[in-house]
Amino acid sequence: MEKDTSATALQARDLIKIYRMGTVDVHALRGVDVDLREGELVVLLGPSGSGKSTLLNILGGLDRPTSGSVMFRDREIDMNNERTLNLYRRNHVGFVFQFYNLIPSLTARENVALVTEIARDPMPPSRALAMVGLGDRLDHFPAQLSGGEQQRVAIARAIAKRPDLLLCDEPTGALDSKTGVLVLDAILRINRELGTTTALITHNAVIAEIANRVLYFADGRIVETRLNSGQRAPSELAW
Amino acid sequence: MTSLDRKLIRELWRLRAQVLAIALVIASGTALLIMALTTIEALEETTAAYYERTRFADMFAEAKRAPEYLGRDIAEIPGVRIAETRIVEGAILDMPGFSEPVVARLMSLPERGPELLNALVIRSGRLADPTRPDEVVVSEPFAEAHRLKPGDSFDAILRGRKRNLQVVGTALSPEYVYAIAPGGLMPDDERFGVLWMGRDALAAAFDLKASFNSVTLSLLPDANERDVIRRLDGLLSPFGGIGAYLRADQTSNWFLESEIAQQKNMSRIMPAIFLAVAAFLTNMVMARLIQTERREIGLLKAFGYGNWAIGWHFAKMVLVIGTIGVLMGSVIGAWLGHWNTELYTKFYRFPFLLYRPGPAGFVIAGAISLGAALAGSLAAVRSAVRLPPAEAMQPPSPPIYRRSFAARTVLAGALDEPSRMILRRIIRWPVRAFLASLGLAMSVAVLIMALQWVDAIDSLAESVFERAQHQDATVAFSDLQPIGAIREFEHMPGVLAAEPYRFVSARINNGHLIERQGIVGVPTGAILSPVFDVERGRLEVPPGGLMLSVKLAELLEVKAGDTVVVELLEGRQPRVSLPVLQIFETYIGKPAYMDMAALNRIAGDGRVISGIHIRVDASSRTALLTTLKDTPHIAAVLFRHAAIDTFYKTMGETILIFVGFFVAFSMTLSVGVTYNSIRIALSERARELATLRVLGFSRWEISYILLGEVGLLTWVAIPLGAVIGFSLAWYMTSAFETELYRVPLVLRDATYGKAALIALAATLACAAIVRRRLDKLDLIAVLKTRE
Repeated sequence: MEKDTSATALQARDLIKIYRMGTVDVHALRGVDVDLREGELVVLLGPSGSGKSTLLNILGGLDRPTSGSVMFRDREIDMNNERTLNLYRRNHVGFVFQFYNLIPSLTARENVALVTEIARDPMPPSRALAMVGLGDRLDHFPAQLSGGEQQRVAIARAIAKRPDLLLCDEPTGALDSKTGVLVLDAILRINRELGTTTALITHNAVIAEIANRVLYFADGRIVETRLNSGQRAPSELAW
Repeated sequence: MTSLDRKLIRELWRLRAQVLAIALVIASGTALLIMALTTIEALEETTAAYYERTRFADMFAEAKRAPEYLGRDIAEIPGVRIAETRIVEGAILDMPGFSEPVVARLMSLPERGPELLNALVIRSGRLADPTRPDEVVVSEPFAEAHRLKPGDSFDAILRGRKRNLQVVGTALSPEYVYAIAPGGLMPDDERFGVLWMGRDALAAAFDLKASFNSVTLSLLPDANERDVIRRLDGLLSPFGGIGAYLRADQTSNWFLESEIAQQKNMSRIMPAIFLAVAAFLTNMVMARLIQTERREIGLLKAFGYGNWAIGWHFAKMVLVIGTIGVLMGSVIGAWLGHWNTELYTKFYRFPFLLYRPGPAGFVIAGAISLGAALAGSLAAVRSAVRLPPAEAMQPPSPPIYRRSFAARTVLAGALDEPSRMILRRIIRWPVRAFLASLGLAMSVAVLIMALQWVDAIDSLAESVFERAQHQDATVAFSDLQPIGAIREFEHMPGVLAAEPYRFVSARINNGHLIERQGIVGVPTGAILSPVFDVERGRLEVPPGGLMLSVKLAELLEVKAGDTVVVELLEGRQPRVSLPVLQIFETYIGKPAYMDMAALNRIAGDGRVISGIHIRVDASSRTALLTTLKDTPHIAAVLFRHAAIDTFYKTMGETILIFVGFFVAFSMTLSVGVTYNSIRIALSERARELATLRVLGFSRWEISYILLGEVGLLTWVAIPLGAVIGFSLAWYMTSAFETELYRVPLVLRDATYGKAALIALAATLACAAIVRRRLDKLDLIAVLKTRE
């Protein structure tokens, strides 16, 4: 699926991020420019510490850049305004984390409801869970679910509010390949059915085959961009 | 119910042990405050109701012998509503099966009709029949002490004549809520009783026909009290009047009011300290608990929850814990308040008890406790929501440790790695370590403050009864006796030494400040009962002036060298200016002393005495008691050993039980803080400890790393707690003083030791509980996923 003609959903320019770790300055991002188009699935590939997660966190309003700007649908996000960032996250962004980050004291349905309760136009939690193939596990607590199932709950939680952006940080990083395929299937399905612009971090080059576009990261920069001529289905992948 | 609320409920359930520990800390402070506030309320309400229902008089006056017709003149004084004359006399009773002479107060009942003022509340039997001169009603506590019931009888010496008296009833009187013998400090129901009998019978026995020697008055609401006193004194002074006084100076009421004042003091100081400590601890514990929730706060922010929503979420958590604490505290406090009030009624005898606590105490205690918990926790929430969510969700970056100078010394080389980890953590977060230590120190401090009471009471008793007094008994005469009377006592069986004293009722004035305070005349070279300063010891009384206790000097605003005006209220009632020669410190009362000869000179009654102190050979005690029972002119015999016994009995049943509660609450604080400190340390370090287990450390070794830190902080906390405890005890004793008592600041080494042992025991118990959790921890799971 070619998306070259569609509008730009997210545009970042000259992002620099410097962390102070004790006495050392860590340059996590050294001037990154990136555009995400509406409905596009982009994979960020690179070794750990190359700045992928930092970029994703800034794009999702979880962190602030040291300098640079982020435009969402042609409007600049005021990265220094706590309230703006909060509303941006609430209304437009869904997150999936490597370690699921489910609330252990809430069931699958309640974990999703945690987000739908504050969203503007959510889908029912049960529908979101059905979309990721967990329609029959609604009332299970995280501890009663396998790793793959937990991650799919996390995906359901991220997409239940019908976000414009779905940001996934190593969603299969803690999973075996069979389970990982199920999770990627779920992400791809959301991307196609809801047209959600999706960015996915991995350091597994095989996974990059499901993307429209792949951004290669190294040392805080995008070193290469590759357009996939055709996306492969997750079930065709093996790692 | 929202998902967040559901999360809240399940989290609270998961943390139930910690929730309970914090709630108990809050409950301790709340319970104490409620107990104190409701006890005061109940005592005040009961007193007011009792006084009103029994028409307790507003003013009292005594005379030697006034003609009955004077009663009408008194009733006509402007401002007087009712005046009731009566006869009040002293007697010695010979109770069957009780070797010591018993002091009794005999009070007349009206010949006709009910008592106009100070009505008796009959508890059993009936009032005495005026036509039967040997019938008496006895005070209920005295009846209980001697197991007297209507129908029993005993012997009494009335003006040297032995009479057999029949008990027809038992009663309580508003005049003897606190029933103490003249000169006594605490109720001794075995050795002091009040008897009521027909007025004619009493008049006949004491030769007071058509006369009275006591009058009580109720006043109109707009009466000018000073004017009434002046006119009443004018009417009575030709008949041996010794000065009218108001209800506030009536002995029983004075003690009762003092007790209420002391309770008020107590309610301000002790619970305030407790509540402050509880607030500090809640604050500390909640702050650390919320820090462990840092990741979830980041997650909620990532979903788009605003700072207010997250703040409110945690505020609800605190409010639930606080409410559990306040509710527990309210129930315990109300129960204790009721119990405490009932305890008072053992010494303060009321025919009924009104314990109907209003909402004020609960509201005040609840608001303070919840406010403290919220204030502490919200600061922690605020700092947690301030982090960008990406950072909050990361585990905090590894802290920077440094090799300090000490680490390079030989000593440090001898340390094993686990010990080094403990020390480095403490050095890395000195503020947190200090606060944790301070929390433990506060519980030690409160414990010391509570235990200090036991030391203080022992020291007070030792000072008053052992060091200041050396007599075995004090005999008070019903009338003044010539100084030669001492010889009669010196020759009684077993009397080793006798020392006279003179007592004169007086008013001491300094400008507009007036204190009604009797003056004790002490002979030169007094040994048995000298003037005694708590620090300087025995003091010689210089002739020609007064020695005032510090409390009295404070009330009169005078210092040594000033001059005061003394009005003696007996005999010729002279009014003289006297210099204040010395001020001395006492623990009990507000006495004033003078040289006995000088006092006699001013009074102008010749060389007379009011009573004598005697030392007795223990082997001849029984013979002496038999002699004393038959000796005329004796109004009272007070035994020092009995005074010590009653003192300890009273203290044991009031303050020491009270202290017991404080100790229990302090231990709750101690357990609450320790348990939470260790649990939070565990949740902060679970991954680190799991990693160590995987690396091959044994359970005991990781337990050492976790608990060693708390152990070390406990050791630091103990000396710190001792210092804070001393300061608290100092503050409390200095704020606690009333006219009746000053509590000395005494802290025995053993008290520090006890507090330290209790704190250590609490730490050990908590450590044992948490260690079991450490054994059950699924270490592999902790490593697999991020906490």
